[in-house]
Amino acid sequence: MAERIVIDARGSFCPGPLMELIARLKFGAVGEEFEVLSTDKGSASDIPEWVRKVGHELLGTREEAGVWHIALRKTK
Amino acid sequence: MKIVIVGGGMGGTILANNLARRIAPEIRSGKVQLVMLTASEKHMYQPGLLYLALGRMTPDELYRDQASLLEPGIELHVDPVEAFELDQNRIKTKGGKTHGYDILVIATGSRPAPEMIPGLAENAETFYTEQTALKMFKRLQAFQGGRVVIAVGVPHKCPMAPLEITFMLHDYFKDRGIRDKVQLHYTYPIGRIHSLEPVAKWATPEFDRLGITYETLFNLKSVDGASRVVKSEEGTEAKYDLLITIPAHKGMEVLEKNKLGAGGFLPTHKTHLTMEGRSNVYVIGDTTNIPISKAGSTAHYQAETLGENLAAIVKLGSPVREHDGKVFCFIETGKDTATYAMFNYSNPPDPKPPTKAVHWFKMAYNKLYWTTARGLL
Repeated sequence: MAERIVIDARGSFCPGPLMELIARLKFGAVGEEFEVLSTDKGSASDIPEWVRKVGHELLGTREEAGVWHIALRKTK
Repeated sequence: MKIVIVGGGMGGTILANNLARRIAPEIRSGKVQLVMLTASEKHMYQPGLLYLALGRMTPDELYRDQASLLEPGIELHVDPVEAFELDQNRIKTKGGKTHGYDILVIATGSRPAPEMIPGLAENAETFYTEQTALKMFKRLQAFQGGRVVIAVGVPHKCPMAPLEITFMLHDYFKDRGIRDKVQLHYTYPIGRIHSLEPVAKWATPEFDRLGITYETLFNLKSVDGASRVVKSEEGTEAKYDLLITIPAHKGMEVLEKNKLGAGGFLPTHKTHLTMEGRSNVYVIGDTTNIPISKAGSTAHYQAETLGENLAAIVKLGSPVREHDGKVFCFIETGKDTATYAMFNYSNPPDPKPPTKAVHWFKMAYNKLYWTTARGLL
């Protein structure tokens, strides 16, 4: 399996974790997996909501020592 | 020691001057050779394009000769790089030259890429190049009323631009006496109207007060010019009479061709500013993939950190500090008021209410920029 692409958006106020994810997905291939690291607790709801709305596949969300890890697969 | 800076934009130029001043004795003695390779003999003040599109600056105000901005001792070559052979510590240029290096800095910036969205380049106005800003200026002059939609691609240069152009268009149409004939409709990719939460919190009631409608979670998918509809990834549509876009950006094509990073953005350590996996290659400005604003001020502060660190490497053998991610962005909130957002990796912004004083400081900075480029301010 290809390595999961980690987007380390910890401490990113602008453009922020969701916008950073949207940007990176543009340059990724269908089927690739991404994992966003965020210190903004809003990401735990914002990112899954957007992923579902657009139709990518959410693989999981977990919190570890104040860092949210949101994993997904690009589907289109 | 040979230090090569690729890119003569804001980041590359500030770095070159900052570093040249710090290591002037070493350059004079021949211990260090400092080389800049750039694609153009002209240096553009890119933030001026916003004003150009609204008829408030003219093209000649945006340019200086690159050579006139550089400290003595910097060897300037207007000869863009075509091949990065990082394993061999060398680069090759379009002019057929090969430059070896001990330290390489890549600061080639980013470019608007409206072609990533079908129909966008043909049907939308934008202000990210001189040519498109002038075209937008003429289109705005001819516009007599209707629905103006602002659509934002990701990633884009200057995170404040979507809000600034919207507020400035409000005043532009008001001054022409046709604001009541224009519906301004703003769209934005995430779930609020700006990526910075405090800025979004301030701007949302301002939009309501000014009668600017908005739609969030709107990511550009395609534009149908015949029916004048812009479609989003989220499945919604917006009808327009005039479409204005902040287009998505890519890094420079040469970086994509050399397979250095997805979309032409290079994997970069956020505090060391080194390219991932390379200890003698640094990346600054829009070229990095660091999750930070693609903005002139980002490049400016990175250049200052890197200038200090490269000088320390020359003099002490190692860098002396880590980059803190500082960004300072003016936010024009109309034709004569502005505020600003300042933040770094650890401290969020706390924007203050807009004032005329900050706007006039921004107007002054449009001229003072040339001292920043020279590494003085």
